[in-house]
Amino acid sequence: MLRAASSIRAVANRGLATAAVARPGVPLDEREGKEIYTTVGIDYNEPKFDKILIANRGEIACRVIKTARAMGIKTVAVHSDVDSNSLHVKMADEAVCVGEAPTAKSYLRADRILQAVEDTGAQAVHPGYGFLSENTKFAAELEKAGAKFIGPNSKAILDMGDKIHSKKIATAARVSMIPGYDGEIADEDMCVKVSRDIGYPVMIKASAGGGGKGMRVAWNDKQAREGYRLSKQEAASSFGDDRMLVEKFIDNPRHIEMQVLCDKHGNALWLNERECSIQRRNQKVIEEAPSSFVPPEMRRKMGEQAVQLAKAVGYDSAGTVEFLVDSQRNFYFLEMNTRLQVEHPITECITGIDIVQQMLRVSYGHPLPITQEQVPLNGWAFESRVYAEDPYKGFGLPSVGRLSRYVEPKHVDGVRCDSGIREGSEISIYYDPLICKLVTHGDNREQALNRMQEALDNYVIRGVTHNIPLLRDIVQEKRFRTGDITTKYLPEVYPEGFQGTSLSPKEQDVVIAFASALNARKLARANQFLNQNKQRSTHVASFSKTYKFVSSLPVKEGERPTEHAVEVEFVEGSANKAQVRIGGKTVTISGDLNLSHPVNSIEVDGEHITTQIVGKRAGEITVLYKGTPFKVKVLPEQAVKYLQYMKEKAKVDLSTVVLSPMPGAIKNVNVKPGDMVSEGQELVVMEAMKMQNSLHAGKTGRVKAVNVKVGATVDEGEVLVELE
Amino acid sequence: MLSRFARQLALPVFNGVLHPTRATSSIAHTIKVAHKIDETREKALLGGGKKRVDAQHARGKLTARERIDLLLDRNTFREYDMFAEHTCNDFGMQKEKYPGDSVVTGRGEINGRTVFVFSQDFTVFGGSLSSIHAKKIVKIMREAMLVGAPVIGLNDSGGARIQEGVESLAGYADIFQENVMASGVVPQISMIMGPCAGGAVYSPALTDFTFMVRDTSYLFITGPDVVKAVTNEEVTQEELGGAKTHTVTSGVAHGAFDNDVDALMSLRELFNYLPLSNTDAAPIRAAEDPWDRAVPSLDTVVPLESTAAYNMKDVVHALVDEGDFFEIMPDYAKNLVIGFARMNGRTVGIVGNNPKFAAGCLDINSSVKGARFVRFCDAFNIPIITLVDVPGFLPGTAQEYGGIIRHGAKLLYAFAEATVPKITIITRKAFGGAYDVMSSKHLRGDINYAWPTAEVAVMGAKGAVSILFRNDKEHAVQHEEEYTELFSNPFPAAVRGFVDDIIIPSETRKKVCEDLNMLESKKLKNPWKKHGNIPL
Repeated sequence: MLRAASSIRAVANRGLATAAVARPGVPLDEREGKEIYTTVGIDYNEPKFDKILIANRGEIACRVIKTARAMGIKTVAVHSDVDSNSLHVKMADEAVCVGEAPTAKSYLRADRILQAVEDTGAQAVHPGYGFLSENTKFAAELEKAGAKFIGPNSKAILDMGDKIHSKKIATAARVSMIPGYDGEIADEDMCVKVSRDIGYPVMIKASAGGGGKGMRVAWNDKQAREGYRLSKQEAASSFGDDRMLVEKFIDNPRHIEMQVLCDKHGNALWLNERECSIQRRNQKVIEEAPSSFVPPEMRRKMGEQAVQLAKAVGYDSAGTVEFLVDSQRNFYFLEMNTRLQVEHPITECITGIDIVQQMLRVSYGHPLPITQEQVPLNGWAFESRVYAEDPYKGFGLPSVGRLSRYVEPKHVDGVRCDSGIREGSEISIYYDPLICKLVTHGDNREQALNRMQEALDNYVIRGVTHNIPLLRDIVQEKRFRTGDITTKYLPEVYPEGFQGTSLSPKEQDVVIAFASALNARKLARANQFLNQNKQRSTHVASFSKTYKFVSSLPVKEGERPTEHAVEVEFVEGSANKAQVRIGGKTVTISGDLNLSHPVNSIEVDGEHITTQIVGKRAGEITVLYKGTPFKVKVLPEQAVKYLQYMKEKAKVDLSTVVLSPMPGAIKNVNVKPGDMVSEGQELVVMEAMKMQNSLHAGKTGRVKAVNVKVGATVDEGEVLVELE
Repeated sequence: MLSRFARQLALPVFNGVLHPTRATSSIAHTIKVAHKIDETREKALLGGGKKRVDAQHARGKLTARERIDLLLDRNTFREYDMFAEHTCNDFGMQKEKYPGDSVVTGRGEINGRTVFVFSQDFTVFGGSLSSIHAKKIVKIMREAMLVGAPVIGLNDSGGARIQEGVESLAGYADIFQENVMASGVVPQISMIMGPCAGGAVYSPALTDFTFMVRDTSYLFITGPDVVKAVTNEEVTQEELGGAKTHTVTSGVAHGAFDNDVDALMSLRELFNYLPLSNTDAAPIRAAEDPWDRAVPSLDTVVPLESTAAYNMKDVVHALVDEGDFFEIMPDYAKNLVIGFARMNGRTVGIVGNNPKFAAGCLDINSSVKGARFVRFCDAFNIPIITLVDVPGFLPGTAQEYGGIIRHGAKLLYAFAEATVPKITIITRKAFGGAYDVMSSKHLRGDINYAWPTAEVAVMGAKGAVSILFRNDKEHAVQHEEEYTELFSNPFPAAVRGFVDDIIIPSETRKKVCEDLNMLESKKLKNPWKKHGNIPL
C-alpha cells in the first residue's frame, strides 16, 4: 500500500507540477492530494486571472481557493455574518461579508456579490456548486460588469438547465433518452394523467431542479398529487422556478455520469465515468470512479455521447452528463449539470487532472492542454460524503451542533479530505450539513475500498451526529464490495432502515473484550493516586490483578442484553496487553489501550482493528467498532446478581405526539386543536436544510394541542402536535 | 452442614457429630455459643427475611447489603454491630428482633481508599430509625472523623420507629449533631434509595451531597396524605418529593440516577474526585491526557455575536482531562455550571456561568448553588477554576422580593473566604457586581485570565449609555459605539492588573495546568475566628 502511494508521488516528481515548485517565488501548493495531479501541471508562465472571487462557502470554496493559490491567483471569499470565522474566510486573501445567515440573505444575493466583485477588483467569479452556479442572470450581470463567470456560457446553462429543453437538444444530438412527457406539467390533475400515460412509477421533478431537491417518485395517483405539490413548493423556494416535469422512473437503475471538460475553442474531453448509485432520497452518499459496471466499450460510447451533447450546446467548461443505466447496460440521458460537481475529486484522482485548474484556465480563454487519448484512467477512487446527519432516521436526517473534537484521517495512505470546517466549527441549520468529502484512491477497487474503511475508522468526529456508521457499514457490505449496486441499494440492503452494524457472535466478543480491557485499565488507574498518603490498602488493584466483570452489549433496543462473565488479565503487567476470557473463549488484545486517545489502534488475536472510545461513564464504555458506536455495560462481577432487578424505564408513547425529527423551520400547520385526524395524515410541514418534510399523524384521533406556528424554528425532538 | 465458627474451634468431629470424648457441659456451652454466633450472623445477612427481600427486589431496589456489595471494592467491607438489636419492649416488639436491626454499618474501600458506610435496611421494620439504628450510624461517623475518612449514607427508611417514641427522635438528633460535627472535616454523601421522610430528611440535607434514584426514592417533610389533610392539596409522591422535583425545582438533591446499580457505580466515580478529609490535599490521580494539549475548539467556542449564547459545558469538556466532568446539580439553576473534573490528574472544582441558560446571569438559585459548592471545595482543599461569562445579577421584583441581595452575598462570601488556589478565566462578559463576585482578582483570585473576547465593565453599552447620556437620546447609537470601543474588551481590566494576562483560548489548558502546579504550595490563612457569619 505504501509503495503504491509513493509511486504516485514519484510520477508527480517527474511531472510539471513539482518541476514548477522548485522555482523561486512560486505560490504554495496546498491542494488536497496534490500528488495525484500528474497529468497536467501548473504552467506559471501562462497568463491567468490575478484575482478571483469565490461565490460560495464551505468545502467547495476552500477547494477552489486551494487551486487558485497554487496557481498564484489571489482569492476573495464572500460570507454570511455567521460564517465570519469559517475556514474559507481564513484561507482567502480577502473576505467580504454579504449578509445574514439565511442563504437568501447572503450567498444568494447576486447584487451584493456583484458589489463585492466591483469593490475587490476580482476579474472572475467561481460559483462552486449550488447557490448561483447555474444562475444565468447572475452570469450575465457579471459579464456586464466586466468580470468573467467561471463556468459554462449562459446559453449552455439555459439549454441544459431547463430539463424540457435539454431533452430536445439531447435527442437531436443522438443521445439515448428515457420515455417521458415532453413538456411542462401544469397542475396536479395533469400530473396524474401524464403519470398514468407513462405508467407508474414516475419521477416528478422540477425543471430547474438538481441535487435531489424538488423531486419525488410516485407509485400511485395519491403520491403523484402529493409529490407534485411538495416538489413544486420546494422548487419555488430553492430555485425560484416551479415548473414541473414527469418522466418514466426506471426501476433498479444505476446512476452513472460522465465528466466532460470543454474549452472555448471547440475542444471537448470526457474524463471517464463516476458511479453514484448509492443514494438516499436522490442524494448521493458514496460515489466511485470508474464504475465496476462499465466495460471499456460502453465507457467510450457514453463518453462520446456526452461529448456530442456538450458540443451541441457549445459547452465550454467542466460539466457532467448524467445517465441512468439499466441492468442490460442500456444507458439513458438524464440531465446535464452545468457546474463543478460535488464528487469531482474522484475523477481528479483517476485522471490526474485538476478540474478546477482547467476551469480557471478555460475560462481565461486557454485551450485544453491535452487530447482525449492523453486522459488516463489511474486506479480507482471512492468518495464518502460525511454528513452531519442521523443515519438511523431515513438514512440521514440533518443534525446540527458544534464539532467539539475533529480530526481528519489524512495520515491514512491515499486519503484526500475536502472539507470546509475544523475543530470547533458549528454545523448550523442554515446550510448543507456536509462535513467532509472523504476520498480514497488506490491501485484498484479493493485497495481504494480498504483505504476507505481504514480512513472511516480513523475519522474523529465528536459533538455532532454523523453518518459514518452508515458509510462504514456500506463499504464492508457484501453487495457493495462486489459492485452489485443500484440506486435502490439502501432500501434493499436495509429494508427496515439502517439500524447500525450487526455483529457476528465473534465480533460481539471482540467488542465486549475490548471494552472490558479498557474498563480494567480504567480501574487500575483509578487506584493510582500520586498524593494520597492514607492509601495503604492491601486490596489495591493494579496491572497484576485479575479483573472480573459482568459485561453486556445491547443488541436491539428494548431487548435485554445477555450478560457475560468476563475476566481480564494484563499480560506480564503490561498496561497495553490483556487477555480477556469470555465464557470459555480467550481473546488477546494488544496495542493502544490508552483511555485518553481519540483513536485506538489495537490487535485482537492478531487481527488489526482501529477503534475509538467515544464515551465512558460509570459502568459503561462506548466504543466505536466498524463505524458504529456500541455502549458496553461493564460492571463488577457481583452485579450479575443484581441487574435482573433493575427495571427498564418506561418509554414515552410516541404515537400521540408529533416530534420534529430535526432542527428546522415550520412551513405549514394543517390542523388546529379539536380537529379529527386519521393515521398517516399530514399535520405539519417543516423545512430543514432546504428540504420539505411532511410530518404525519401516528394514529387516528383528535388533536389535543398544536405547539407551533408557521415560521417558528424548532429544535430536534420538540413536540409539535399532540393527539388525544 | 457444620458452621464456619464451629469448624474453627477445631473440635474433634466424627461424621459431622461431635465426638463425646469429654462430655462436659462447658464444651457443649462453647459449641452452643459458636452455633449461636453463626446462626445470628446468618440471620443478620437475611435482613427482614426472604419475603421482604423479594418485595424489595420487585420494586426494582436492591437490599442494604447488596448495595454495599456494589459500592465497595470486593471483600473490603468490615461490618460493625451486626449483633446489635433494638431495645423496645412495647407493642410486642420484644418478640420481633433482627440482628443488626434496620441498618447495616461498617467501613470498606473504594478504589483502595477508606470509606465509612451505613445502609438502611428497608426489609427490617421498613428501615425505620430506632435508637440502636441511630447509635450504629453515630458510631461509624465518629470513627470516620477520628481517622479522616468520608461517610456515605445509603438511605432507605420509612421514618421514625414509632414504637420507640421519643428514643427515635433522640436518635435523629444524635445523627444531625454528628453530621454537623463532621461537616467540613470529612466529605459526607447521601444517596436516597427509597423513602426518606419527616425528620429523616435533615440528615441528608446536612451532608455535602444528596443524590436520588429515579422512580424509587422520595424526600419530603410530610407525605401526600398529610399534605391533603392540612392544605387540601392533591399531589402524588413523585410530584411532591421525587427525583425530578428535587433535582429540577427545589435544588435539594444534587443529582439523580436511573437505578441502584447506576447510582452506586456513579458514586464510586464521584468518590475518586474527593480527598478523604480536610487535612488531605485534592487527590492527584495518574493522568494520560497530555497536560499541555492544545484545544483548538476553544478558539471558536465564544460566538462572534457578543449576545449569542454558547454552552459553557463545551468549554469545560474541552478543557479538562479526557472530557470527564462530574457535574453537580446539572438540572437546577442551569445558568451556573458546577462540578468536579481533573486537570493533569488533579481534582479541581469547576464553577462557570452558562450563557446558554438565562444568559448566564446570577440569580437566587444559581448563587446558592455556586456558594455551597465553592465552600465544599474550599473546605476540602480542592482548587477552584472559575469560568466567567456573566451579564450581571438578574433584575426584577421576583428576584428582589426573593432576596437576591442576601443570596447573591452567599456566593460573594464563599469566593472571598476561600483560601484554596483560585484560577479565573473571563471568557466573555464580566459585568458589574457579578464580575466582582465571580472569583475576581479583588477577591484574592490567584491567577485571573481574560480571553480576547473578554469584556470587563460596569454594565453593557446600552445600559451605560442610557444612564450616562440620558438627556442625549438622539446620539445614543454613537455613544454606545464609543462605550463599546472603550470598554468592551479586556484592556481596561488588563492595564490595571485586574487580569494577569490575556491568553489564547486554545492554550488555556496548558496554562491552567502549570498554574495549578505552581499553586500547590499556596499558603493562605484567614484571621482566627470561631466561624464567619455567612449571610444565610
